[in-house]
Amino acid sequence: MAEKFEDAMKKLESIVERMEKGDMSLNESLKMFEEGVKLTRFCSQELHKAEKRVELLSRDAEGKLVAVPFEEEEDE
Amino acid sequence: MEMFDQKKPVLTVSQLTSMVKGVLEENFALVWVEGEVSNLRTPSSGHIYFTLKDENSQIKVVMFRGRGSFLKFRLEDGLHIILRGNITVYETRGEYQILADYVEPIGAGALQLAFEQMKERLAKEGLFDKARKRPIPSVPKKVGIITSPTGAAIRDMLHIMDRRFANLHIMIYPVRVQGAEAPPEIIQAIRDMNTIEDLDVIIAGRGGGSMEDLWAFNDEGVARAIYNSRVPVISAVGHETDFTIADFVADLRAPTPSAAAELVVQNKADIEERLKTLYKRLCHISKGRLTLLNSHLKNIEGRLRSPIDRVRQFAQRLDDMTIRLNLSIRQKLEFSKKKLDRDMSLLNSLSPLAILQRGYSITTILSTGAVVNEIAEVKVGDRVGVRVTDGEMECRVEKSSMINM
Repeated sequence: MAEKFEDAMKKLESIVERMEKGDMSLNESLKMFEEGVKLTRFCSQELHKAEKRVELLSRDAEGKLVAVPFEEEEDE
Repeated sequence: MEMFDQKKPVLTVSQLTSMVKGVLEENFALVWVEGEVSNLRTPSSGHIYFTLKDENSQIKVVMFRGRGSFLKFRLEDGLHIILRGNITVYETRGEYQILADYVEPIGAGALQLAFEQMKERLAKEGLFDKARKRPIPSVPKKVGIITSPTGAAIRDMLHIMDRRFANLHIMIYPVRVQGAEAPPEIIQAIRDMNTIEDLDVIIAGRGGGSMEDLWAFNDEGVARAIYNSRVPVISAVGHETDFTIADFVADLRAPTPSAAAELVVQNKADIEERLKTLYKRLCHISKGRLTLLNSHLKNIEGRLRSPIDRVRQFAQRLDDMTIRLNLSIRQKLEFSKKKLDRDMSLLNSLSPLAILQRGYSITTILSTGAVVNEIAEVKVGDRVGVRVTDGEMECRVEKSSMINM
């Protein structure tokens, strides 16, 4: 997933750079813009997809690894 | 045989021991001793027993619980220490020992030496090779943290991660981070975390402390566990100035636990910023281009109107020319008509019929129809036609004569 994200970022960068050079037809640049918007959306989703979760790992009776929500002691 | 003097009292073992005890304890109420720790025992009572030795001698040492817990470092066999205490005699066994109340390592030199030696050995083995360090994923989603669940380190890390990027999945693997139990727990934690399939990165560390406190992160087994970890490991031990073996073998060394948290989320925050900028640029260019094209289009549209103007101009010119042509044709016709009139009247004046009107006549020979111009062309008796202005008559030549003019 991270690789896909990195690839998308790189692609987006090259699109913006190419568009800034401005040596393409209107049709081409519209296609590029569309692609750029798609990539931006994908990257943004990837960035914000995960949910906040803090878990504490421990072992259950059978020695299996289990995750339980971590409660921070509120001492401040 | 009678070696002993009856007058001299015979002491019991207890009496003697008690006397020795008195002498020793009185004269060695406060001593500072330097030596190497050996035969260290820490039974569950909490008291600490070891032997302090140098090349030639050794002496037993005891630290009662309470005193021992004030130790800032961990006693280990082989450690070179200096201690303060008093001599006591353990009467039950007739042994004397030092009852220590303060211990400090000598310059931490022994630890430093062990550290340097291990560092050199593991470096030679290739555990620190830069080439094998894996990149830390730029957008980690699941982050494993191996540390004490109660220390300031975990609190600081969670605080930073929460503040900067709240949507991380953080898994904390609680371990002891100092003491003899720490290394095996840390090793197990690294192994266990490697079984979590989509874990992006592991942070292993603890807050600041003495070199002894951080010693678990100089453990060879810990170093090898980090080396063998499939998931990239960020070491985050102590303060900025503290370097441990774990720091050298980790894929990335964070100067402190807080810095490790910053590293993980900073990347993400930076990338978010970069993405925003890229999108802005994308929109800006596209908008600029469209604006440019729009003005271009307007320009072309403006120029498109000019052919119509030109057609209109042509039409006007055409009208103009038609008018002028009409005019000139009319003039020409007029002129021609006038000329025709003139020519016709001239022609009229030249017509023989007009001459006839003035009293002249034309004579023709009837048989041939030839016009008689000279008298010699007729002879008496010829029949001739005479044409006057409004009729003809047939005549016979009775007489002809030439007239001399």
